[in-house]
Amino acid sequence: MTNSVFSLKNVVVTVGDGVQILKSVNFDIYDGDFITVLGTNGAGKSTLFNTIAGNLSISSGEILHNGHNIAHETAVKRTNYIARVFQDPKMGTAPRMTVAENLLLAEKRGSKRTLHGRGLTQKKLTEYATLTKVMGNNLDSRLNTATGDLSGGQRQALSFLMATRVKPELLLLDEHTAALDPKTSEQLMQATNEQVTKHKLTALMITHNLADALKYGNRLIIMNAGNIVLDVRDEEKKALDENTILRYFVS
Amino acid sequence: MSMIVSSIGQGLLWAILGIALFLTFRILNFPDMTVEGSFPLGASTAVAMIAHGVNPFIATLAAFFIGTIAGLITGLLYTKGKIPILLAGILVMTASLSINLRIMGSANISLLDQRSIFSIKILQHLPKYFDSVFLGFTVITIITVGLIFFLQTELGQAFIATGDNPIMAQSIGIQTDRMTIMGLMLSNGLIAFGGAIIAQNNGYADINMGIGIIVIALASIIIGEVVFGELTLNERLVAVIIGSILYRLVLLAVLKLGFSTNDVNLISAIVLAIAMILPQLRHAFQLDKMIKKGITPHD
Repeated sequence: MTNSVFSLKNVVVTVGDGVQILKSVNFDIYDGDFITVLGTNGAGKSTLFNTIAGNLSISSGEILHNGHNIAHETAVKRTNYIARVFQDPKMGTAPRMTVAENLLLAEKRGSKRTLHGRGLTQKKLTEYATLTKVMGNNLDSRLNTATGDLSGGQRQALSFLMATRVKPELLLLDEHTAALDPKTSEQLMQATNEQVTKHKLTALMITHNLADALKYGNRLIIMNAGNIVLDVRDEEKKALDENTILRYFVS
Repeated sequence: MSMIVSSIGQGLLWAILGIALFLTFRILNFPDMTVEGSFPLGASTAVAMIAHGVNPFIATLAAFFIGTIAGLITGLLYTKGKIPILLAGILVMTASLSINLRIMGSANISLLDQRSIFSIKILQHLPKYFDSVFLGFTVITIITVGLIFFLQTELGQAFIATGDNPIMAQSIGIQTDRMTIMGLMLSNGLIAFGGAIIAQNNGYADINMGIGIIVIALASIIIGEVVFGELTLNERLVAVIIGSILYRLVLLAVLKLGFSTNDVNLISAIVLAIAMILPQLRHAFQLDKMIKKGITPHD
């Protein structure tokens, strides 16, 4: 197996009153992993994401990125290599800016924003039309629409495209289809899978949909009470079924 | 007629404040009270420097610079000190009252026969009141065109995104604290710059000249929005300028009705309140439909 891109070593996260919401987590993410993350509410899934992204500081342990400890890097600095899609469609896009403007903004993730013109040319618009077409939800015909006027599904599809516009070393998908209706949700899930596979993205995806967790990705982890209680990949993952998974939820 | 020309001139000069406040109030999405301090700060800096024989143009630029410092302090208190923006602004506003007294040495300074930016040759050939129209138009055009260009740059877009959705902005690597501080510095720099120009137009700087400034600046923004409705960002900047002129014309009309200049702050507040309530009234009474009905012929 290749070296891990990200590695959590004995990571503990404590909240105000001394409660550990992550209890000495050890977790390695390898290049090309598409990991689905399961667990009940309060199991620590979001904490894990916030810890990796830098929105929560850790009490002890190390977070390694290519062997280099990033535990003290700010969240904004970590966006140089980590991208994220939120659950709430309102959180991932700037509502008063157009689809194209949002994509332009995302294109500058990881590089300096200067006094150069933003470069919204006809050529760019054509490029964005091709890019958004793959999501299959008419986003390509709404490039000059303010994102506040889009449907939830379109906004999430846009958020996904924005997060992957500059290829991240790690993509965090935080229940990004959960706020959508079943049909839209499935459509976005399939588009997500296509993109992750096609571009060989390394991704972590929280979901409450057991079928999705089994169907997508090459690896699956289950969290419970601040611990990772199951971590399986490839053949072992394929052998899992919903009943087996549910057993890990109650323990 | 000359009163109308004077109002247009005042509207153009005061539009600098409207545009400056637009950066924080509409783009960053918060009310910045610092402006009530940075306005007299700019005025007193420029007037005091001119009174000491400094070139009026340099004095006016110095006013811009000192305004950016006021914005910087508010920005640091807000982003790093985690003080709510309203309070951070009030703190800097209050502090600058003392600073202004230090700068001027007294509660007011008159320019009397000193040179000012209104003394340049080209303005001397213009009819009365046209000097402020000419200067106001030139300055506001330069500022607006500059801002339009700036807002279309990568940095400008990051600034807009910060006000629009800070969480998203951070998630794509935008340093939102820096953007906020930059916006406050630019906004207050422009406010102080406006204060310097208006003080030179009035011929004096006074310690109390900042009172009610935020209401006047807001009025130009809101009037522009109420009159023009849905616009692109660039058009909205121009709407602020027109809003500022309209506000002055409303003020002129009210003064003509017999109110005194002492009532100006009351009138400003009422005009702003009405302009802010209007969109809701329009909605509640379906004024749009009524007006449309009134102007389309029966078939």
